Amino acid sequence: MKKMIRTDKLVFEYIRRDEEGNVEGITRAVDNVNLNVEPGQFIAILGHNGSGKSTLAKHFNALLYPTEGEVYVDGMLTEDDEHLWDVRQEAGMIFQNPDNQIIGQVVEEDVGFGPENMGVPTEEIWERVDESLKAVRMDQFRKSSPNHLSGGQKQRVSIAGVIAMHPKCIIMDEPTAMLDPNGRREVIRAARALNQVENITIILITHYMEEVVDADKVFVMDKGKVVMEGTPREIFAQVDKLKELKLGVPQVTLLAHELRKSGLPIPEPILTRKELVEALKACR
Amino acid sequence: MSIIINHLNYIYDEDTAMAHPALIDVNLKIPDGQFIGLIGHTGSGKSTLIQHMNGLIKPSSGNVFFDNEDINEQGYDKKKLRSNVGLVFQYPEHQLFETDCFKDVCFGPKNLGLPQKEVELRAFEALEQVGFDATYFYQSPFDLSGGQKRRVAIAGVLAMKPRVLILDEPTAGLDPKGREDILNLISDLHKKMNITIILVSHSMEDVADYVERIIVMNKGRVAFDAEPRDVFSHVKELEEIGLAAPQVTYCMQELREAGFDVDTGVTTLEEAKKEILKAFGKC
Repeated sequence: MKKMIRTDKLVFEYIRRDEEGNVEGITRAVDNVNLNVEPGQFIAILGHNGSGKSTLAKHFNALLYPTEGEVYVDGMLTEDDEHLWDVRQEAGMIFQNPDNQIIGQVVEEDVGFGPENMGVPTEEIWERVDESLKAVRMDQFRKSSPNHLSGGQKQRVSIAGVIAMHPKCIIMDEPTAMLDPNGRREVIRAARALNQVENITIILITHYMEEVVDADKVFVMDKGKVVMEGTPREIFAQVDKLKELKLGVPQVTLLAHELRKSGLPIPEPILTRKELVEALKACR
Repeated sequence: MSIIINHLNYIYDEDTAMAHPALIDVNLKIPDGQFIGLIGHTGSGKSTLIQHMNGLIKPSSGNVFFDNEDINEQGYDKKKLRSNVGLVFQYPEHQLFETDCFKDVCFGPKNLGLPQKEVELRAFEALEQVGFDATYFYQSPFDLSGGQKRRVAIAGVLAMKPRVLILDEPTAGLDPKGREDILNLISDLHKKMNITIILVSHSMEDVADYVERIIVMNKGRVAFDAEPRDVFSHVKELEEIGLAAPQVTYCMQELREAGFDVDTGVTTLEEAKKEILKAFGKC
């Protein structure tokens, strides 16, 4: 089976220039990354600010091209001009700030923008708008102005706009960074539902460790390289290493870790509150 | 008594068909030296409230007093108020504009009309207070990492020597280490310089770890105003208004339901650890 996303020795460098335009040096933002994402997976990418996560993600829908190496989306080489629009239709992108992504005056118009640009017939556009808004549970706001929505709602409209293009994969670059707890929950719930019900591949970039717990696989980046790779359980078992990488673990995981250090025989790692309660019951 | 808010009402687009209330009968006393967390879901009125505190918005009715003077009286010195009550907006690094970090921090005190020497002294102090490495003083702020930029932006406000520092989601978009660094920095400023801090945040864990008092806004009203322990004991009500309690608080409640003898009012990891160890007779 074709990989949803495959990178082969991916390197991305940009040239730093001073005010006169003279070359000051070269920064390697992504450094020899080889990764595979299978269709239907829920992937999380972690890494501190400046570790190269977003630069990497922008390669997944041909917003950036590799300096060296190759990126394939659903078997298509992203650098091939003939595939450009197919790549962008198959791999949709959601950014951090919902206000920068909404262009329509009315929610339904905003969601219809993508398929309209793809030349989808009008009738089908409306069908797609309908199903996309339902998928993120925003159908009751169809006729609203996006200005009057909360951050979480706006972010879900952005997601609906991507879904309307019938992508196979959605890349979310810190979609919850600007949201309140409710908004965060709504967006993550929408992402999970798309993954499980529609079988859309999700790549979630985040700084919130709690959002990563249910992922199929986690990649951790540092200085442009993938330095850790595994299931959330394998990753969060390494509390000290994550701290070194300027990351953390969910608060329950940390609590369990501390309790273990104090002598309680709790297995490593604990990912959910339920697991902690069970583990403590077993200690009794 | 530093800030008193008295029957404050604010209506957006007043006198138009679009009029809707953003703040409804808000009454608050904010004494000197407190470390306060201000929480509420998007659109609850938090930002409107803090903008009243340094006179960026005029109330539709009611008063805001700073040091017993009504800041909206005619002739009140707003410039002085704004140096006393510093406001750090969301994503403050977007407001950096100078060619180097030091100049950027100088901008505020320079506008106060202070002599050049004093301006530079203050900028130097402020950058030192935020723990900014002196080797980067004359670098362009745009070459810094997100967390470092944010430090420079906070230093810009500190250079005004505020007595009250209001920060609107100072950790948004930062990685966990960056978040911890900024929060520790704010906590240090509070301890060492005895500045009143008002921290607007969406992270219940952060708020629980650092503040001594929490004000919860909902639909333009103050829903709760108490110690973290009290506020987070209202888990159901908090969830109804789009908020939550820290993860450890939920943990303790679930442990209690499972028959453990633990205190469910716990809000921080340290407290939770102690409680659980106590239940196991380990401390």
